[in-house]
Amino acid sequence: MSFITGVGLTPFGKHEGSSSLDLMSRAAQAALDDAGLERADIDGILCGYSTVSPHIMLATVFAEHFGIRPSYAHAVQVGGATGLAMTMLAHHLVEAAVARNVLVVAGENRLTGQSRDASIQALAQVGHPDYEVPLGPTIPAYYGLVANRYMHEYGVTEEDLAEFAVLMRAHACTHPGAQFRDSITVGDVMASKPVAMPLKLLDCCPVSDGGAAFVISRERTGEAGVRIRGCAQAHTHQHVTAAPALSELGAEISVARAREATGLAISHVRYAAIYDSFTITLAMLLEDLGLAGRGEAAARVRAGHFSRDGAMPLNTHGGLLSYGHCGVGGAMAHLVETHLQMTGRAANRQVRDASIALLHGDGGVLSSHVSMFLERVR
Amino acid sequence: MSERLADWTKGEQAVIYQTCTACGHVQYFRRAFCAACGASDSREQRASGKGRVYATSLVCRAATPETRAHVPYNILLVDCAEGFRMMAHGENDLAIGDEVSASFKRFAGKLVPFFAKDG
Repeated sequence: MSFITGVGLTPFGKHEGSSSLDLMSRAAQAALDDAGLERADIDGILCGYSTVSPHIMLATVFAEHFGIRPSYAHAVQVGGATGLAMTMLAHHLVEAAVARNVLVVAGENRLTGQSRDASIQALAQVGHPDYEVPLGPTIPAYYGLVANRYMHEYGVTEEDLAEFAVLMRAHACTHPGAQFRDSITVGDVMASKPVAMPLKLLDCCPVSDGGAAFVISRERTGEAGVRIRGCAQAHTHQHVTAAPALSELGAEISVARAREATGLAISHVRYAAIYDSFTITLAMLLEDLGLAGRGEAAARVRAGHFSRDGAMPLNTHGGLLSYGHCGVGGAMAHLVETHLQMTGRAANRQVRDASIALLHGDGGVLSSHVSMFLERVR
Repeated sequence: MSERLADWTKGEQAVIYQTCTACGHVQYFRRAFCAACGASDSREQRASGKGRVYATSLVCRAATPETRAHVPYNILLVDCAEGFRMMAHGENDLAIGDEVSASFKRFAGKLVPFFAKDG
């Protein structure tokens, strides 16, 4: 068994003068404090990567900086799926008694540490170096291609996609740490600048500074426990050119494996934390995971289904689209918010029942997937 | 394995693909082996340049000064007649399902495949 015993999250946006290590340290300290643990209690460290400060041994760089001498440490790189992949590994390390308390941490000054062009350019390199990158694609273009095809096959419109941006912004408006807190409308999304059609500026997550961390432990440290019920991955391709048909993408495979591992069904889920790098990402993943029928996710947004008071509250902190995206820490904010919801600490954002949560991360261009079920235990 | 043919990624006006002589698998990203069965005797051939548009995305915001000079440019995924999918550029008004043929253009200092609608 493994428990998420502590979480830490910085506000996202501009942290002028903060390095990646600073942001990682701030989040890590918050997670330790939340778990009620000291540095000496941590015997495992998993960390993400920083595009601003790349290093071949970031986990030990961080461990030395933060002041921990762990018995297990390394970095993990699975793009946007890294946070949940690290959590999955920590779960297995703890279950296998390799470590007692694993600190999972990521942070990056992606917004102020480099130019926006440099960020976009660095991320475009997930494309094939010979067969894709020379064509000048960007991450929005890779997802724009997927969006164009998905909309064609399932009758989804640009206005449908805009609903997800509006929903994430509405949620961000209730979180003081969110990067964007001015409410927007479908009209605003439609009128925003074209980036890579059909995706416009407000269909895309921003670039942010920020950090996030959690502690995964063999034993509970607090009153309310959040247990990792089970998780699974699927990796079908790296490059969008080599992606399988839309009906064969990895989210469906990984969630099926996670359902099998836990014995849980989608009907058990009370809270959803789903990767949302673009509006199309969120729409597709909701439908791939079975949280909405094909082509029906937008209608469910309009009906309030995914709102705080709806049947399936979703990314109540505002997601990558509006809380912000600082790289690996971006999707880790989804887990932090889930933990706050499950432990009744989400303040004005608190949902009625977050007893069982489904989390899903996606890396690359729907290339790498991690699905995870969390359960509240008393 | 047959001799390597130069393609657009090497500055030649050609699209090249591989067919495995053992299992018949067709692949576009060149490798020294078949990704389906591992056999090392894939046959390299020049594609006809005919295909059908699978998806498009008109790029309006580019990330480098060299590519910014070309915006907007249309990035395509094309299902080629020989059974492989490739990324390329194409006319800005192409739509899913359009039958297209390849030519080549200069883009940001390199040669890239560019598809136009047939007929």
